[in-house]
Amino acid sequence: MTDMTLTLEQRYPAVFKQSVLKRFAPLIALVAVVLYLFYAVWFFALPSVISGGKWDRLGDYMQQWIAYDINAEYRLDGPTIVGKYPRFSVLGADPHPDWLVPREGGYTIELGGAGQSVTFTKTAATLTNAGQSVDLDLTGAEVRVLTQDLPSWFVVKSGEAIADMGFVGDVRVSPDRVKFRKRAFGWPNFLFDINSPFFGKSAGEVTSLLVSGPDLVPGTSNVALAANNIWFNAQWQHGDVWTKLLQTIVMAFAGTLIGAIVSFPLAFFAARNIMPNKPVNQIIKRLFDFFRSVDMLIWALFFTRAFGPGPLAGIGAIALTETGTLGKLYSEGLENIDDKQREGIASTGAGVITTQRYGVLPQVLPVMISQTLYQWESNTRSASIIGAVGAGGIGLKLWESMRTNSNWSNVFYMVLLILAVVFIFDNISNALRTRLIGKVQH
Amino acid sequence: MTVLAQPASDTVRTVDLAWRHLARQRRLYSILGFGGLALALVGSLIFADESNAGHFVDRLPHLFDFLSWLIPHDWMDVPRALFDLPTPADNGTLEYNFPDGRVELGAGFYLPEYFYLMLITINVAMVSTIIGFTGGLLLCFLAARNMMPSFLVRSVVRRVMEVLRAFPEIVIAGLFAAVLSIGPVAAIIAVGLHTIGALGKLYFEVIENIDMKPDEGLKAVGANWIERVRFGALPQVMPNFVSYAMLRLEINVRASTIIGAVGGGGIGEELKLSISRGFGPKTIALIALLLTTIIIVDQISAYVRRKLVGDAAFLIHG
Repeated sequence: MTDMTLTLEQRYPAVFKQSVLKRFAPLIALVAVVLYLFYAVWFFALPSVISGGKWDRLGDYMQQWIAYDINAEYRLDGPTIVGKYPRFSVLGADPHPDWLVPREGGYTIELGGAGQSVTFTKTAATLTNAGQSVDLDLTGAEVRVLTQDLPSWFVVKSGEAIADMGFVGDVRVSPDRVKFRKRAFGWPNFLFDINSPFFGKSAGEVTSLLVSGPDLVPGTSNVALAANNIWFNAQWQHGDVWTKLLQTIVMAFAGTLIGAIVSFPLAFFAARNIMPNKPVNQIIKRLFDFFRSVDMLIWALFFTRAFGPGPLAGIGAIALTETGTLGKLYSEGLENIDDKQREGIASTGAGVITTQRYGVLPQVLPVMISQTLYQWESNTRSASIIGAVGAGGIGLKLWESMRTNSNWSNVFYMVLLILAVVFIFDNISNALRTRLIGKVQH
Repeated sequence: MTVLAQPASDTVRTVDLAWRHLARQRRLYSILGFGGLALALVGSLIFADESNAGHFVDRLPHLFDFLSWLIPHDWMDVPRALFDLPTPADNGTLEYNFPDGRVELGAGFYLPEYFYLMLITINVAMVSTIIGFTGGLLLCFLAARNMMPSFLVRSVVRRVMEVLRAFPEIVIAGLFAAVLSIGPVAAIIAVGLHTIGALGKLYFEVIENIDMKPDEGLKAVGANWIERVRFGALPQVMPNFVSYAMLRLEINVRASTIIGAVGGGGIGEELKLSISRGFGPKTIALIALLLTTIIIVDQISAYVRRKLVGDAAFLIHG
């Protein structure tokens, strides 16, 4: 065994006798990274930021992506019990949902079935959750709890009895009213909002109305009315969202294409084998570097000031950045061509343009198109982000919906649309690139 | 073509006809392709112009209006803004309150505000690149066909990476800004998660192209999966991995500036404010600082990549 190691060591001395620096380079790099991370934890005051975070919000907002809340209250102080739903409630102004069960002198509201509910009359209320019930007396000025062993989901705070029933919502009872928040999965009113005549109808009813029903609004066909109602849905704003999405797609497409058109001729002047003039090469290359380094964000901010917020600003920003990026890629591609073909064409007495067309272009065009498609793909993604600084498109709408922290289901709807668009365009661009240059490169 | 005008034989005539037919067809396709592209571009521009707040033709004469506020009255104000020095132009407005943002270091020294903001942005980019590198490294072996035989695991990991990559960063930043209050930590999480997806994809593609002989050798001596990854695959891919991470660092400096502009703090936010309010000297100082930093980071990254993998590092997505 020892002999074998010796011979190996003699045969490959370089493997066994590396310099100390080389041998420990990975370890040194690792230690440096770990030390840097300690510094970063201190720099960003991470422990206090993390512990000061309102982490319950994270779960709450993420639930709101795919769920909705109904907030309402039932007044007990009038002659009869009156339900009050907010004006823009997803259920319409005067709902009679099936989870609201009328009782002798009151109602049962089933937040999550009969097991998670509140039953109330003008004088008493019973809260049920997790197999336990709490009885309340509402005759006095303050809520009086009748049950002895109080479960953990129940508290009384400043004269108000609060039952937190987990995901399905919560109930707050005081002598003059029962207030509740009911949460359920789904995207309600996704097609028709509460102002639409189709609101609250089942899929079958809507279909029969569309196919053969009498016109709901005289003078408009039901199909046109339904399309109009969906497009101008006040809650989901399909029309606005899809228009903004199209703006984002247009920004990426037009920006990349304009960048490609501008940088294509410039790249020939930047390539030192095609344009044997050093100062011109250098000036154009530095110009490309400038456009690329100033960055899309800065261009977007400038164009937003010049053209006002909207997709024109986005197109301008992407086009300038792309002029730099594609110009650099194109000129590098041109510098790596095989000069023999160009010389061959030139030796037949062809003009400058013809030489480029037949001697250079056939070699580089597939690579150039492939690079352009790749940039187009990545710009579809960036376009949705720079939109948020005012450059138009869905980014701005996304950012506005998020700032209010109330419309997370709309945010998620837009995210799904963006994901779908990115996915589709990735595949189109991938398919085109595979056709152009084969499957070798990714 | 003149040579073939009087073809010598039937064979030549057939070839000639076929060639002409092909050439005609190709020309037709090219014209259709270019025509379609031009049509799409014009349509896009008209659509963009209509839905923009200001219209292109109306606003074009004002394109260079920014020069009127951008060009400072006194060019010395630019270094003063950069280094937080007081200026004679100070009139109490936000435009000239240069010394206000100093970050005191004690003993009379201070870090100029913009350098501090740039430091935040750089740190966001570096931490999120480290997060992405670590996450991508952990995930990529589970996504590579040659290291992970289970189709199920592979496709689950790949889908996770795809979603991380395509999920808009501003949504994650916005979500965590609501939880952690607006600041750089939300930006780190957003950029970091995106980087995991982006690097993970590049990494598993690298792994799928490795030489499998060391792995076979390790299998033959009875190494387990972790040992095969550590001693068979990792030494082959590490230079490429670090090289991609450096490339990602360049991208992340830009990305964290943008996320900063939409509320993640750092230099992006300051730049957005400065441009939207039309502060000339401050804007030039910020752009100069940002541009210098980006160029330095790009140069360092290019140097490291050239050292690690040679000129192959500069082939696009290669």
